[in-house]
Amino acid sequence: MTFVLFAEQLLNGLQFGIMLFLMAAGLTLIFGVMGLINLAHGSFYMIGAFAAAAVAGATGSFLLALVAALSAAAAAGALVELLVIRRLYGKDHLDQVLATFALILIFSEGTRWIYGSFPLFLNIPDYLSGPILLPGGIQYPLYRITLIAVGLLVALGLGLMIAKTRIGIQIRAGENDREMIAALGIDISKLYTLIFALGAALAGLAGALVGAIQSVQVGMGEPVLILAFVVIVIGGIGSIKGALIGSILVGLTDTLGGVFLPQLFKLFMEASVATSIGSSLASMAIYFLMGAVLVWRPTGLFGAR
Amino acid sequence: MVNERLFNLLILAILIGVPAWAYVSDEPFIITLMTRAVVFALAAVGLNIALGLGGLVSLGHAVFFGIGGYAMGILAFHAQTFTPVTEWPFVIEGTKSMPVIWLVAVVMSSLAALVIGMLSLRTAGVYFIMITLAFGQMFFFFTISWSTYGGEDGLSVYVRNGFPGLNTLDPIQYFGICLIILMTALTFNLFLAKSPFGLALNAARQTPQRVETVGLNSTRLKLVAFVISGAITGLSGALFADLNRFVSPTMFSWQLSGEIIIFVIIGGVGRLFGPVVGALVFVALEHLLGGLSDYWHIYLGFLLLGIVLFGKGGLIGMICGRETVDA
Amino acid sequence: MLEPILRTHGLTKSFGALKATDDVSIDLLPGEIHAVIGPNGAGKSTLIAQICGTIKPSAGRVEFLGKDVTSISARQRSLTGLGRTFQISALAMEDTVLQNTVLGALGATGNPWRFVRPALKHSELRSVAESALERVGLEDVMHTRTDELSHGQRRQLEVAVALTLDPRAFVMDEPMAGLGSEGSIRLTGFLDELRNEAPILLVEHDMDAVFALADRISVLVYGKVIATGSIEEIRKNADVQEAYLGDES
Repeated sequence: MTFVLFAEQLLNGLQFGIMLFLMAAGLTLIFGVMGLINLAHGSFYMIGAFAAAAVAGATGSFLLALVAALSAAAAAGALVELLVIRRLYGKDHLDQVLATFALILIFSEGTRWIYGSFPLFLNIPDYLSGPILLPGGIQYPLYRITLIAVGLLVALGLGLMIAKTRIGIQIRAGENDREMIAALGIDISKLYTLIFALGAALAGLAGALVGAIQSVQVGMGEPVLILAFVVIVIGGIGSIKGALIGSILVGLTDTLGGVFLPQLFKLFMEASVATSIGSSLASMAIYFLMGAVLVWRPTGLFGAR
Repeated sequence: MVNERLFNLLILAILIGVPAWAYVSDEPFIITLMTRAVVFALAAVGLNIALGLGGLVSLGHAVFFGIGGYAMGILAFHAQTFTPVTEWPFVIEGTKSMPVIWLVAVVMSSLAALVIGMLSLRTAGVYFIMITLAFGQMFFFFTISWSTYGGEDGLSVYVRNGFPGLNTLDPIQYFGICLIILMTALTFNLFLAKSPFGLALNAARQTPQRVETVGLNSTRLKLVAFVISGAITGLSGALFADLNRFVSPTMFSWQLSGEIIIFVIIGGVGRLFGPVVGALVFVALEHLLGGLSDYWHIYLGFLLLGIVLFGKGGLIGMICGRETVDA
Repeated sequence: MLEPILRTHGLTKSFGALKATDDVSIDLLPGEIHAVIGPNGAGKSTLIAQICGTIKPSAGRVEFLGKDVTSISARQRSLTGLGRTFQISALAMEDTVLQNTVLGALGATGNPWRFVRPALKHSELRSVAESALERVGLEDVMHTRTDELSHGQRRQLEVAVALTLDPRAFVMDEPMAGLGSEGSIRLTGFLDELRNEAPILLVEHDMDAVFALADRISVLVYGKVIATGSIEEIRKNADVQEAYLGDES
């Protein structure tokens, strides 16, 4: 295990985690402020990816594709909030789960109806392709570094927004006492639509960015959604900081676990058995992490006690 | 408003009558379809105990379904390849005997439910939903990478497992087995709901504060309910795998977890025959609408949305009204 | 000198800089009704929550039947005989009156691990439940769903469920809340008799009831007890008058 290889895997884990953060941030905001669990978040991820692929295919511009992803996802989010989510506030979690699960069915099958079951392709733009030389002699894909940078920028932006702006204050107040901000005359419904659309936009952005290195297909969002839930359980509901740290932890555990666990087992088992046991366990590593956090801190690392 | 008991008897009549007619008319496919509905109903009966009685929104019940299925798959695989399951700490042979397989399925799912329950019941509702979903994924990915038993491609069991004295390959006989198990589970559910345990659990769902104040431990009640629930759904997984003579990681998928909840919701949460009605409706829609359109899940989505936003209490709730009180 | 059944020592609960209860020491003597009154936001609900165990105090102790129960869970405190009624009814709304009361009896026996025979057919549970219902006067509506009861009947049911525990002391949070005059009079009469079985720590806003029932009154303002004494003493107390009327003058 050379240093270069290790550094590469570390960066991969970081990139995976940061993209996960985009999903988790929206989800945790939506739950923290609106008390709503939203299973359809994966659909926004998918919509963003499809919009990007379609626009990139038509115009050849990656930048336009990203704009399309953000807009399409945000628009879908706003529409969904106005038509469906509005009726779910204050209802019990079962109703929220079912209604948003229904949305998954509608969005997934709807997309499959329009685009079919085969994956679409979204290409990394030329100016972002190829490797970049990092300190230490590490050659790493420029695109993935860009993803990390974008993700960190978004995290910074979110943090600043919540700490310094008016909306941020409303968000923080809403997390603490929903009834209070309604009583203070703040237009809750606009705030909620905004937050929901923002969360959806972040998911769509993630979908588009990741879609360029994986494939764009129906059902791509749900596995990411579930991982985002793991992140939130680890980080704590309502905490952006928790979402960031949780995502990075999950990303690193998954990537490094997948690389190192088979190696670890090779130390005292024969190679083929080690690889199969190692990778099987690696696929479960994240969930063991989640379980460990649950035993130690049931409400997550940064959740309310 | 139709009396609920009468309605339940009507459903029972359908459960018996349709396969009987299919047997007489030599339509084995219909019998298989009904078996599918019955097995799905059993899975949903399990969930209904956790969800309807206990208020536990488990989005990962496919975990138990899959564990039951793989219990069957692994045991049968070793039996048909004449290899032992394991040689340490002592030799365990495979088996193709249904009663043994069912026992293993129930025990393994109960253990899984115990562990998952202990971890997830430490915190409030929304975490529970996310954690159960996550565990489903964990098993899903694990079985995909577990190449010994087929990995992503799954595992085929060439011949249906055996039950002493019966020809299990005969569709109507296998249907009979599944139906009897379903009826047993429903009877157990009926008694459970009225028992002291059921009373306490049901109260814990409605008013956890009160339950603690009268001196009962609501977390422990919910844990026991979750284990019972997992055991029943696990058994249904073994039956399902036997029906299809095939096990694959999709038995652990989140889609399947969602479908099991859908069975319960369509029928009516907490109603005794809710799972049965829901499973029958689902299989009917799957067969009829699925034949018309590849994208029938869209209609299922709208139906579900409609029931959640507008329909109170599922089909039984709409047909039979609120649950009547027993004296 | 009678030993107090229930006692708090310097009970304090801080939420950041805010002290919801501040060094509260009160006690409950056998056979008495001790009323706790105070303006809204005075900390009465927080006090009750700490006494019953649903909130952990930041400082101070709670003693029940001579034992320190501060670190014991709410559930355990109930089992040792601390009965509680809630300001906002905590009842299983879908269940019947009888089922709710049987739940109480079930808790008292401590054994819910029975899975087959119907709860309502367990005679020991049923008789405890029915006698509690007879005492509060709800036996005629035994089989009515709780969400169909009037508000006053639900308050009575709360008391009935607490009775099934055969408590050694009651902590009641505004039992009169929302009752009409007839209901209040009936409940007042009931509590008057109940005090002989088990003393009652009564948080109330309804002054008629307080003056009709209380042996002693403690006045809670901004989390602190500013006065404790008989009805007469409290009536004459200058601090109390200022606390209640001060803003108007």
